Amino acid sequence: MVLGLAKGWSVAGYTLALLIIMPLIALISQSLMPDEAVFPHLFDTVLPTYISNSLWLIFWVVIGSLIIAIPAAWLVAKCQFPGRSVFQWALLLPLAMPAYVVAYVYTDLFDYAGPVQRSLRSFFGWQTPQDYYFPEVRSLGGASIMLALVLFPYIYLLARTAFMEQSTSLSQATRVMGCGPWKSFWRLSLPMARPALAVGAALVAMETAADFATVSYFAVPTLTTAVYDTWFEYGSLTAAAKLSTIMLLVIFAMVGFERFARRKQKLFQKPSAPGELDVYSLSGIKALAATGYCSALLTLAFLLPFIILVKYAYGYFAQSWNQEFFEYSFNSLWISVLVSLICVAIGILLMFIRRISPRRADVLPSRLASTGYALPGTVLAIGILVPFTHLDFAINDLVEYFGFEGPGLILTGSSFIIVCAFCIRFAAIAIGSIENSYKRISPSLDMAGITMGLKPVGLLRRVHIPLLRKGVFAGLLLVFIECMKELPAALLLRPIGFENLATYVFQFVSDEQLEHGALAAIVIVLVGLIPLIYLNRSLEHDN
Amino acid sequence: MKMVKSLAVIGLTCFASIANAADSLTVYSYRQAFLIEPILENFTKETGIKVDVVFSKKGIAERMMREGRLSKADIVLTSDFYRLMELVEKDLVVPASSDILKQNIPEKYRSPDDEWYALTMRVRNVYSSKDRLGKLDINYEDLADPKYKGKICTRSGKHPYNVSLVASMIAHHGEQETKTWLEGWKANLARKPQGNDRAQVKAVSEGLCDLAIGNSYYLGKMLQDPKQKAWADAIEINFPNQDNRGSHINVSGMALAKHSKNQAAAIELMEYLSGDKAQQVYAEVNFEYPVKADVSPSKLVASWGTFKADDLPIYKLAEYHGAAIKLLDEVKFDL
Repeated sequence: MVLGLAKGWSVAGYTLALLIIMPLIALISQSLMPDEAVFPHLFDTVLPTYISNSLWLIFWVVIGSLIIAIPAAWLVAKCQFPGRSVFQWALLLPLAMPAYVVAYVYTDLFDYAGPVQRSLRSFFGWQTPQDYYFPEVRSLGGASIMLALVLFPYIYLLARTAFMEQSTSLSQATRVMGCGPWKSFWRLSLPMARPALAVGAALVAMETAADFATVSYFAVPTLTTAVYDTWFEYGSLTAAAKLSTIMLLVIFAMVGFERFARRKQKLFQKPSAPGELDVYSLSGIKALAATGYCSALLTLAFLLPFIILVKYAYGYFAQSWNQEFFEYSFNSLWISVLVSLICVAIGILLMFIRRISPRRADVLPSRLASTGYALPGTVLAIGILVPFTHLDFAINDLVEYFGFEGPGLILTGSSFIIVCAFCIRFAAIAIGSIENSYKRISPSLDMAGITMGLKPVGLLRRVHIPLLRKGVFAGLLLVFIECMKELPAALLLRPIGFENLATYVFQFVSDEQLEHGALAAIVIVLVGLIPLIYLNRSLEHDN
Repeated sequence: MKMVKSLAVIGLTCFASIANAADSLTVYSYRQAFLIEPILENFTKETGIKVDVVFSKKGIAERMMREGRLSKADIVLTSDFYRLMELVEKDLVVPASSDILKQNIPEKYRSPDDEWYALTMRVRNVYSSKDRLGKLDINYEDLADPKYKGKICTRSGKHPYNVSLVASMIAHHGEQETKTWLEGWKANLARKPQGNDRAQVKAVSEGLCDLAIGNSYYLGKMLQDPKQKAWADAIEINFPNQDNRGSHINVSGMALAKHSKNQAAAIELMEYLSGDKAQQVYAEVNFEYPVKADVSPSKLVASWGTFKADDLPIYKLAEYHGAAIKLLDEVKFDL
């Protein structure tokens, strides 16, 4: 699209992008500082285990999620079986569940002291742990299962869309050639969905690398927990920054992989022609198996933990229904709303510049701004604190220079820092969502607008924004859910005395008393559910 | 001009209100807020000084370092002695000289330079299963005894309470011997270190292990909670090393923040915390041992019996803290 944009737009775009990648720059420069021998010591002792734990965890969670999600996605996209219309959206619900809550609930169930092992013991007459073998829940394997249970919907969602978009005529061709559902799945659907699966897998991998609460509850030290501990146990910000940089290398490798996969995706996926859906009608044992599989998955990943949460909350309602609960809910809410609005504004601005400007250089800001999502909360926290602390002191020095009393830590000592961190981490989601919407707006509309004398602002306001409504709304909702759940950044950055629902719930989880925080956990889940259901609706309508 | 004037007035009022805030104090606390809030409320009632307490489990020292001269902290409360040392080491506190504090808190439990004061003590006890082991005459050294193979539970070795214990072992036995001991202890663990002290008691009561290590006050708290009483009832509390040097003692404490804008009021609060009334609340609410000699522990705590405490002055432990963490990493205690 050719429209001369004033330089101001580009400057704004670059400023925004630089602000967003500032933590990254700060982090890398911090990690280059000399360090008081903490890092070499870590390297000699525990670091290899941290790294291998991180890599294995990512590996198993990705494999686990793929194994769970692909069959579900294919069944829902291509087959007709009882309950399909419910599973279609219900299988997204686990996304609203924080992984550490699921982990807690399952630990309670499967621990040595939990009901499962207790009944096994009384049934078989076992006395001590030496009498039998039972897999340890709080282990690398356990953490992988918990994370896979809540993260698989990312792959499910993308795979389902990919399966549905696969051209109907191709499937019909395979049917004509005598392929049954199985063969069609293996020979056609699966290979064609590969790019979508890779994108989903990369998302799952990034979320896994960012997980702090589950692994710390399960005592499986990974790089994320190591960053936290190094900072606070050894008191070395530099060593923590060095660890973070290692982690970033791992993550950028994954992001690169994802980008690579997505580049191919365009070649593979063509929107299917409107018309009847290509559906295999399952019956008898096959239908039963399909329904059984989906309902088991839904139960394990969402219903069971949720019911247990409700049970806890009911039992401890009187203690939990208090002032703090309302205060923290309010904190979570206003931060999430504010951050989603800001992220969407960033997304609109950057994508607008990119669409409208003929300059190649104007593509860069939106790319840069999308890297924030790759920074796990713990890493982001370090990166953001360093520059903002300097800024805080500069402001105070300036004010005091003019003879007034300095305002104190107005940036790092207030909730500003959390809002900022969340915006940096989640801007990418809004950008992505708006980018998708933009792709559907024909460039001829822009030209028509310009012909009719619209200036850039007018074009944005009168043509683009009305057409972007859906993408904007989806972006708002996605960022909102993520903000409600995000823990590590809030844990590290919250101004002293400030809590939100996530930090509040985690405090109880780490004290092994989730019962008291169950009500707050339910709020996180419920507030996340509404956007999920809405989003799914709008996706279905698109298809 | 009128505009400028009114703006100036508004601005000055704002700054004045900040300056007026000097009649309030901010406490940074590693200790849980619920524990100290009732005490602070009483203090406000008596003195009119408002106290804001902000709670954080980790990283208060790091935060204060970053905040530097802009920090709002007046007093820091910690639940572990090393956190006090850390504040001193990082130059975040200043001496608080007060005759009342010196009178209330025995020499053993305060810094020689008035840089910190202990408020309460707790013993690092060894819990044993009532049914399977009964009351024991046990030493910390025995945790490495092969006869307890697969029978011991503990929280993370890196938790401050355990690090302090390891530091005290280094102080008494030297690094090499402590390392061997740690390896032996690790080999005896029934499961990877996890959970908090409460979770260890639960594990013993469920038969997962026979021995656990934990602070004395957890037992009191569990006996109070109807749901957890059954766990606590299943264990015996043992004071280790009674036939030799005595049990390892940890303290909670307080220090005056370096950049406190209102030192006089802060010291007033510190004196209040060391006084009879506050000490009693600590003893009753949290089942800790008061440091003030004439305040007695709660009835429940008293019923556990008297014990001999390790004589090693606690500030000595600070010297071995770094070595303790490194040893824990070297033997991969938590992995």
